[in-house]
This record gives sequence, C-alpha cells and structure tokens, in this order.
Amino acid sequence: MAVKVAKDTSFSAAIRRVFLRARPETKAYLQLSPGLILVAGALLVPLALLILASFWSSHSGGEIDTSFTLANYEKLLERPGYAMILLRSIGIAASVTLVTLVLAYPLAYFVAFDVRKHKLIWLILITLPFWTSYLLRVFAWKVILGWNGAINSGLTSLGVIDEPFGFLLYNPLSIVITMSHAWATFAILPIYLSLEKIDRNLLDAAADLGDGPLKRFFRVTLPLSMPGVLAAAVIIFIPTVGDYITPAMVGGPDGMMVSNLIQAQFSKANNWPLGAAVSVVSITSVAMLSFVFVASVRALTARIR
Amino acid sequence: MRHDGTIGRRLRKAFSSAYLFYLYLPVLILPLFSFNDSYYISFPLQSFTWRWYSELASDPSIIAALYNSVQIALVTAVLSTALGVLTARPLSKYSLRGTKSIIGLIMLPMVIPELILAVSLLVVLNQTSIGLGKWAVVLGHMLICYPFAVAILMSRFEGFATVLEEASLDLGATPFQTFWRIVFPLALPGIIASVLLTFTISFDEFLIAFFLSSSEPTLPVYLWGQLRFPKKLPSALALGTLIIAVSFVFVILAEWLRRRHSATGSTP
Repeated sequence: MAVKVAKDTSFSAAIRRVFLRARPETKAYLQLSPGLILVAGALLVPLALLILASFWSSHSGGEIDTSFTLANYEKLLERPGYAMILLRSIGIAASVTLVTLVLAYPLAYFVAFDVRKHKLIWLILITLPFWTSYLLRVFAWKVILGWNGAINSGLTSLGVIDEPFGFLLYNPLSIVITMSHAWATFAILPIYLSLEKIDRNLLDAAADLGDGPLKRFFRVTLPLSMPGVLAAAVIIFIPTVGDYITPAMVGGPDGMMVSNLIQAQFSKANNWPLGAAVSVVSITSVAMLSFVFVASVRALTARIR
Repeated sequence: MRHDGTIGRRLRKAFSSAYLFYLYLPVLILPLFSFNDSYYISFPLQSFTWRWYSELASDPSIIAALYNSVQIALVTAVLSTALGVLTARPLSKYSLRGTKSIIGLIMLPMVIPELILAVSLLVVLNQTSIGLGKWAVVLGHMLICYPFAVAILMSRFEGFATVLEEASLDLGATPFQTFWRIVFPLALPGIIASVLLTFTISFDEFLIAFFLSSSEPTLPVYLWGQLRFPKKLPSALALGTLIIAVSFVFVILAEWLRRRHSATGSTP
C-alpha cells in the first residue's frame, strides 16, 4: 500500500513515464503526431468529404440530398461552358508559368553568377514583395491597369496617348500580367538554387573545349538548371489554375476562371455538390497535367544531355 | 565566369534592376495614391493629404476588423509555431522511416489552391457543430502556416548542437529541463522568426477568412467589401498601405533574427 501512495499517480506523471520509457523512434512519432493530426483533420478529412459531396445533389431549395448520384459529373460533361472555363484556366495558368519563367531566369542567372558581394541583399529584396498581402498586390494592379488607372492617366497626362488603352483591364491579359508578377519569387528562387549548385569547373571546361558563351549556356548551364526550372513551373502552375482573387478582381467576364465557378456554386448558386464536383475535376486534371509535363520534360532533357 | 563578355553582364544587370523595380511597383503605387487628395486614382497627382488615414481611424468597423485580425493572427502564429517546433525537432534529429512522405504530407497545403482548402473546410464545418467564425479561420490559417513554421524551424535545427543536449542529459537534467534550458534558447531566434512570419501570413490572408469568418470579418475581408464603393477606394489604399507596412516590418525583423544568429557560427 505504502509503495502505491508514494508513486505519483497523476495523469501528467503517467504520460511523462510513458514518454521517458519509450524508444527514441516512438518518441519522435509521438512528437510528430499533433501536426499530422492537424493535416489529417483540417485537410485530408475535409478533402475526402468534398469528394464525397461531389456525388450528392442539391434541390432547388438549397436542400442537400445525400444519396449517391453521378448527375454533377454528367452535367459538367454535357455543358461545354464548364469545360471551356477549365480549359481557359489551364491556358491562362500555362501562359503565366511561361512568362514568369522567361522573365525570372535572367534575374536568377544574374544573382547566381554575376553578383558576388551583395547576394544576400538581392535575395532578400527579391523575397520581400512576396510577403505582402496577395490581395493588395492584385488590387494594386487593378489600380495600375484600369481605364483611369496609373498607366492610362500617366500616358494621357504626358500626352503620349489621346485615348486610354481599353485592353489593359478585365481580360485574360490582365490576369497574366498580374499573376506573372505575383508569382515571380516562386520562379526566381528555385532557378537560382539550381544555378548556384552548378559546378563552375564544368563551365570552364566547356569554354576550354571551345564552346562559345551561347553554346555553353544551352549545352551546360540550361540543362543543369532544369530541375529548378521544372520545380518553379510546377509551383506556379498548380496554384494559378485555382487562383480566385486575380480573376475575380482583374479578369472581368472574359477572364472567368474555374475558381470563380466554384465560388459561385458555394455562394450565389447555393449548389455545393456541383461546386465540389468542379473542384474535384479541376484538382485531378491539374495533377495529371503536371505529372505528364514533368515526365515529358525529364525525358526531353535526358535526351539533350 | 571570368570568360564572360562584360556586355552580357551589363545587359543582365540592367534587366535585373528593371525587373526588381517592377516587382516593387504595385507595393509603391498604393502608398503613393494613399496620400493623394482625390477620389480618382489617376495621374497627375493632386495635393498631399492625410485625409484618408484619418477617415480610417474614425471608422469603428475597421477597428473591429483589426481586432479580429490581430486575435486570429496571434493565436495562429503561436499554435502553428508550437506545432512546428514539435515537428521540426524529430524530423531533423532522427532519420525516421517515412520522413520523406511525412514532409510531403506537411507541405501539401502549400500546393493545393486556397479556394479548395477553404470550401472543403466550409463543407466540414457546416456539417459539424464547430460552425464558422474566428476559430474556423484559425484552423484554416494554421493549415497554411504550419508548413512555413516547419520549414523555418527545420533550417534552424539543422546542424544543431546535439552535443549540448547530450551533455545536459548526461549531467542529470531531465528531458524537460534540457528542452527548456538548452533546446529552446538555442532555437529561440528561429521560433521568433516563425511567429513573426506566420503572423504575417495569417494577417494578410484573404480567401480562407472570406469563406470561414462569417460575421467576424478580418481586415482583408473588410477591405474586399470596401472595394465595391468608389468613394471608399482612397481609404482602402490607406488601409492597404498600413497592412503592407506592418508586413514589411515583421518580415525584415524575422529575416534579421534568422541571419544574425546564423552568422555566429552555425549554418545559415
């Protein structure tokens, strides 16, 4: 009896004893578990429910019928409007990715190869704008591109143009301009990292063996930096297909993207089973496209090398 | 790169400087027009004014939204950093089975469009009794802040002096004493950096808050509502300028903390 009394029987002490006796590996998994529970509870379970909900249906009154049906997916297949919006989103995201990569590469190259003393300052300057609110950056582009916006009013007051440009705002072009700005950091950093890793001796060797600067770039530098370019492409492409703020703010009716469609189903249209189906279709098609893209670029660069 | 022609390098420098300026263009435009005494956001600039800022200060719903935003961002930052410490430590200390897939799972919220995160949480919270509001936003924000916290703290813990920890345990300290007196102080710059950055992410985030905040709007959600009214646009610019200023201060502070400490010997 006396032994039992001396022993601390409180709950926390029990936990502590279990924790102290556990193998290091068990301890590690125990420490990991709260975070993994968060991801499971706030991401995996809701995603699973979203997929499940895409097989439900909504009555006109907004009431949800939870019996299994393929009606939502049939609707998406039948009406060409949905497919068109998805294709447009993919097209816009692909253009954004391409434009961003082409603009980001020279800057990444410059910081990796030309800057010697102030590398850190350049890197911090590149990352800083990314930390400001995405909503505000998109809003700023709306202010810049508008009919009476900074560009048009600036050019008019300088006397360069008589009539404001109408093509700057509320179309897919404005989405590409805004997004390729907003995602620049995500392109520059991975490309910079892969350029930085390139063994400088390889470049000297190529030069010694008679390659000019251009030839050397296309035969040595570019192929070796491909992992960074690929990572950047995927990091930009996947979220831009599903971006909501940019098309909603600067896209106009011609720039409607798949996320606007999803949002409408969850609010105005009040048909969230259909919204869930659109989400599922867009996620799966984006995942498949990215997979095919990465695989084919890998195959292609392997042949160049 | 000694063999490189200087013309190529000059071209690259000119392009890079121009591109960097372009990256800052929107961030500069908002403050510029927030001091402009006109309802129209267009050139030429009118006279300088503080009017839009004083309009902000006199609006009680902005103060309420600010209060919501700060509350949500604080709770999110502390909780996701705490989870980040718990996660980053074992991941960088041991080589566990399945480390790669665990990291993949943790980073998953970064590649899923925020709208999808928001609507899937919306479906779950509407079906259960948790409901919408501040706590729902905290949950959603933790999901996107947690991967950042883990990434920041893992780079902090890498090359961490395990020797000190072992010495402490050998000298008779309990694991909890060792954590509080050795691991925590050494990791503190990383922890503060993580709190500052996750605070900034949560404070700036719009989409998840837009879906989940219900009748308790955050500052970005409130701002979004104001953008519909042309007369409110200048004060929206002023509000945006303030939000950007807060983010800049926090991020520069966090970067400084991270770099300053790593400069004293351990890896950056």
